[in-house]
Amino acid sequence: MSPPEQSAVVEVERIKAASRRLRGTIADGLRDEATGAIADADTQLTKFHGIYQQDDRDLRNERQQQRLEPAHSFMVRVRVPGGVCSAPQWLALDRLAREHANGTLRLTTRQAFQFHGVIKRRLKPTITAINGALLDTIAACGDVNRNVMSSPNPQLSALHQETWQIACRISERLTPRTRAYHEIWLDGERLPDSGAEDEPLYGPTYLPRKFKIGVAVPPWNDVDVYTQDLGFIAVSEQGRLAGFNVTVGGGMGATHGEPDTYPRLGDVVGFCTPAQAVDVAWHVVAIQRDCGDRTNRKHARFKYTIADRGLEWFGAELAARLGFALQPAREFRFLGVGDRYGWSKGLDGRWHLTLHVPSGRLADTPGHTLLSGMRDLAQMHGGRFRLTPNQNVIVAGVREADKRRIEAVARRHGLMHDQLPSALRREALSCVALPTCALAMAEAERYLPELVGRLETRLAALGLLDEPITLRVTGCPNGCARPYVAEIGLVGKGPGRYNLFLGGGFSGERLNRMLLENADETEILAALEPLLAAYALERLSGEHFGDFLHRSDRLSGSSGAERRQP
Amino acid sequence: MMAPGSRIQMKAALQRESVGLGEAALAGFRSAVTGFSAEQLLWASGYLAGLATVGAAPAAPAQAADPRPRLTILYGSQTGNGRALATQLEAAAARRGVASELVSMADYATARLKREQLLAIIVSTHGEGDPPDDAMELHRFISGRRIPSLASLDYSVLALGDSSYENFCQTGRDFDARLEAAGARRLADLVECDLDYTAQAATWATRVLEEAEAQIGRHEAANVPQLRVVPAPPRAGRSAPFEAELLVNQRLTGRGSTKDVRHLELDIEGSGLTWEAGDSLGVVVRNPARIVEPLLEALALDGAAAVDAPDRTLRDELVTGREITTLNRPFLEAWAAAEPSGRLADTLAELRGAGFGQWMNSRQLIDIVREFPAEVASQRLLEMLRPLQSRLYSISSAPELAEEEIHLTVALVHYEAFGALHWGAGSSWLALDRDEGESLSVYVEPNPRFRLPADDAPMIMIGPGTGIAPFRAFMQARAARGATGKNWLVFGDRNFATDFLYQAEWLRYRKQGLLQRLDVAFSRDQAGKRYVQHRLLEESRELYRWLQDGAHLYVCGDASAMAPDVDRALREIIVRETNCDEDGVENYLAELRRAGRYQRDVY
Ligand code: SRM
Ligand SMILES: Cc1cc2nc3c(=O)[nH]c(=O)nc-3n(C[C@H](O)[C@H](O)[C@H](O)COP(=O)(O)OP(=O)(O)OC[C@H]3O[C@@H](n4cnc5c(N)ncnc54)[C@H](O)[C@@H]3O)c2cc1C
Ligand SMILES: Cc1cc2nc3c(=O)[nH]c(=O)nc-3n(C[C@H](O)[C@H](O)[C@H](O)COP(=O)(O)O)c2cc1C
Ligand code: SF4
Repeated sequence: MSPPEQSAVVEVERIKAASRRLRGTIADGLRDEATGAIADADTQLTKFHGIYQQDDRDLRNERQQQRLEPAHSFMVRVRVPGGVCSAPQWLALDRLAREHANGTLRLTTRQAFQFHGVIKRRLKPTITAINGALLDTIAACGDVNRNVMSSPNPQLSALHQETWQIACRISERLTPRTRAYHEIWLDGERLPDSGAEDEPLYGPTYLPRKFKIGVAVPPWNDVDVYTQDLGFIAVSEQGRLAGFNVTVGGGMGATHGEPDTYPRLGDVVGFCTPAQAVDVAWHVVAIQRDCGDRTNRKHARFKYTIADRGLEWFGAELAARLGFALQPAREFRFLGVGDRYGWSKGLDGRWHLTLHVPSGRLADTPGHTLLSGMRDLAQMHGGRFRLTPNQNVIVAGVREADKRRIEAVARRHGLMHDQLPSALRREALSCVALPTCALAMAEAERYLPELVGRLETRLAALGLLDEPITLRVTGCPNGCARPYVAEIGLVGKGPGRYNLFLGGGFSGERLNRMLLENADETEILAALEPLLAAYALERLSGEHFGDFLHRSDRLSGSSGAERRQP
Repeated sequence: MMAPGSRIQMKAALQRESVGLGEAALAGFRSAVTGFSAEQLLWASGYLAGLATVGAAPAAPAQAADPRPRLTILYGSQTGNGRALATQLEAAAARRGVASELVSMADYATARLKREQLLAIIVSTHGEGDPPDDAMELHRFISGRRIPSLASLDYSVLALGDSSYENFCQTGRDFDARLEAAGARRLADLVECDLDYTAQAATWATRVLEEAEAQIGRHEAANVPQLRVVPAPPRAGRSAPFEAELLVNQRLTGRGSTKDVRHLELDIEGSGLTWEAGDSLGVVVRNPARIVEPLLEALALDGAAAVDAPDRTLRDELVTGREITTLNRPFLEAWAAAEPSGRLADTLAELRGAGFGQWMNSRQLIDIVREFPAEVASQRLLEMLRPLQSRLYSISSAPELAEEEIHLTVALVHYEAFGALHWGAGSSWLALDRDEGESLSVYVEPNPRFRLPADDAPMIMIGPGTGIAPFRAFMQARAARGATGKNWLVFGDRNFATDFLYQAEWLRYRKQGLLQRLDVAFSRDQAGKRYVQHRLLEESRELYRWLQDGAHLYVCGDASAMAPDVDRALREIIVRETNCDEDGVENYLAELRRAGRYQRDVY
């Protein structure tokens, strides 16, 4: 909470207020051919439109010497509520990835698509085409509610359908009303009230910070519901959706060396019916709008509002706004955060194939043709695709007769999970980090395969290749791959250096603890080796690595702002 | 003893002004010496002192008090060669006691021509046989139908050129032919000079002065005390270049660029070199091994072979002594004579009509050797080749910012042709063979025809590619001086992402409010080609408004396509914005040029 940080914060609030409902001077910036960037203040505003200005950090020093500006480009995040899209939509995005972006499609930890490397003059055509495919990017980023996650769990098809629809309704209710997006990107007409449109939920300054909602369908906590600002845990009774347990105050982001910032797991605060869910979401967001901290962006997430004011205050505030109190929470049980790989059959008799995409990156590189593979699948599969919270994709609703063909194509392109050498690799997540992420302090996506490879040699020797262990690597403490709930978490601190966290819950129910600070790979492997060896020898049947570390008291002395859910 | 007439004049001058020059004369004097370097000023002061002992300064033509005709030395020069020769001629004339007046064609009122009696013209050729910018208007005038009868004129033309161009000495030829056609008589025949012009120019100057003297009638030279011409202090010039350390050799074009453009920084501390934004730097270059060795191989000659020069090998001569990339007609003719098959001779004959320049410019020497093999002995080869020329590069830094450093912006010339990779000699030697810490022989080549306007005047700089170089110096100078005039830069190249030379600096100037407009055109970033002239046309209204507000317009860079295209665009803009006809455009541009508001440095 140093003073410069505070003034920077006030700055974002000022920019929002002066932006005429998120317009700023973005349109002028797009016309300026002398720079690949837009005005500094506008970079805050485009986030609300799903667009981040970035630069190729691999080239930064080089270009500075060449007296060129940084190699600016934009990351465009496509909002896909619940991660469901159609085959034609897939094909449209695939084409954009190749024609306007860097030739890759990135599946995110929030079930969305990202394009990287879209240069300024291609931005508008890209956004236009995305909207042409009946998808959009508005509110994919920014101080608003983000892409609403929803468990893509394929077995329970009826439940999935219902929860997904509610996720979509929440998403729709919480979408900003500004027409800036349409005016700037889609040549929408300017109306007399342009710049002063009614924003019934957000008002002129929107939220103090981003806001995230996820809907989980037990027994799978694939959406990592405890890490969401607001979580809904579906409760089914007699195979039907009875309603949701509601969690509040989760979040991952922290800053190195600032103990006032910390990851926090959400608290279950009660139960609501399916019909109440949208209103609950609306009012929780409104509470954060009114009560969140607007003076310090590092303290502006909902988790701090909850931590500072307490659950009791929150319960009363919500009841007052809703006009009713939540019911007591109901029973539920989670078995894990991962995806169910391979084929599974839905209750409707259709088949679903969960494919593995390393760090969500679909690209064609020598020997790997994941992007083309998915394109082939989209061309032959007329149905739907579901993005998972683990950066994977499900070919959904396949007829019995098409199974063999689909699998053959997936296999040919290396998308089948059983083509991977270990369960560790299958469960591993990483954020994007270098070279695009401006905040990255260390490698993540580009480093993960190497790290996993080194671990695999050790796991093979220990006979642990088939043991699922959650491993999550991020390039900085913001925690985009939710590393603080992983059994093994690496959080970037500097080039080649990470803080090592261990002992998170396999179902995302427990934060991990920091074992090493600023460690290099050798140190990390040296620390992990004996622990894995002990796990191989001493684990109980069915015991997960994180649970083992706790039971065998191997984490004492390690630190961590660990907050268990009640 | 002074000539009686001079004494009277001087006395009159003293009576009129007590001592100084008077405002108008002073302004004229100032403008005459703007652009002079410190050494030049020193030299001029000596020259003036010499004049003072002889008599008054050459009188203006209107003062017809002296009935004896004077020699008008009229020059048109782009890169300074012609100007330097004209100045030398003036000095030599003074030495001989021939009254003369030195005038740049840019400052020459066309109406004066019909009163002229003795005229020495020195003019170079540029572009594709075009006159230098300062000669543009006069050249148009004499080429047109309004040229008056010049029956009372005696004249001679020294044409500067480069025989590697198709239209060798075209402008000089034009002047010579048109004056003759208008009834004038030649004092001495037209002399066409190639790049090694010194000897020919000196012979011509002597001839001209002899003939002029004869015309004037011998001036009482014997009675006139010898003019005390203070010799110019030795400065690091072409003949005595300075060894500058290369401090920086940094690629400017980004990864993946189709071009390699270098930013060079030279340490000139202690050199005494002075320059102004707009000047160029002459660099004594060498032919790098990547050019010399394949050539030796193609010639089947031994590089170690001894040649006439003592202790020198053929390789030595090719590296430092001879021009071995660019072609010229004399070489081609000599090679054709040596080539047994006669095919080259046939080809040259076929090309006599047209297309020769294009044919020659798309070839390097090695291409001729490969295509038309001939057995030529080492010494004979050296005789056929021209001396290695130094290369000129616009200085891209301003002394106002750093007096002890000179920056250059050098584009590496490299291309594929006839199945082989080709390199430019000077640019590849500079870019690829000179490391930081090594030295370069350099001299300043002043360009007084390319100068910043007054600090409060707006300026428009059009500089695609390495044409950007002098504008970097312009902006540095303006920024350092706190000049208040508005600035507009128009840049173009192939790809925005990699080829925007000094982009970060321009953006900084723009952010600081020093650069009001920054417009770009990148030719390969979209389906159709887009060049600076297109960008100018898009900003037609605004550009015209700037001109109306007194903007000075500068163009630098490629002479073959860009400069004419930009010129055409300007004409179109003037027509569009003023609804005038062709004459109107002509007058508008002529007026701009006369006022020094349309300056070009193209190569
Ligand atoms: C793509 C994605 C990671 C991935 O590998 O999939 C991602 C990528 C980025 N995140 Fe994230 N975040 C992504 C999920 C998350 C998550 C996980 C989640 O939401 O379930 C978190 C932790 C949960 C949370 O919010 O606490 C997360 C916490 C952050 C933070 C820290 C927020 C905080 O409260 O401190 C930042 C930085 C910020 O907002 O200041 C951030 C910022 C960023 C930015 C936009 C960097 C920036 O602000 O300049 C990253 C873009 C990198 C790039 O080049 O693409 N991202 N980010 C995920 C996109 C999700 C989506 O589709 O919307
Ligand atoms: C006043 C002035 C200022 C200048 N300022 C600059 C400056 O700031 N920066 C800069 O880089 N240059 C500048 N130049 C140009 C520079 O002086 C050289 O001419 C240039 O560097 C090329 O020289 P070189 O020795 O590398 O090539 P050379 O060896 O002289 O020429 C190579 C030969 O290759 C041929 N050739 C070249 N390109 C092609 C092609 N694409 N296809 C076929 N044939 C080709 C040509 O006919 C030429 O004969 C300036 C020139 C002048 C007169
Ligand atoms: C860009 C450029 C184009 C030229 N074009 C010609 C030409 O077409 N014909 C020619 O004879 N000389 C041409 N020359 C050579 C010049 O006329 C020669 O260098 C001359 O010495 C320059 O004299 P100046 O410095 O007085 O302008 C050209 C030179 C340059 C730099
Ligand atoms: S965790 Fe940090 S490095 Fe990784 S994507 Fe998020 S902000 Fe970037």
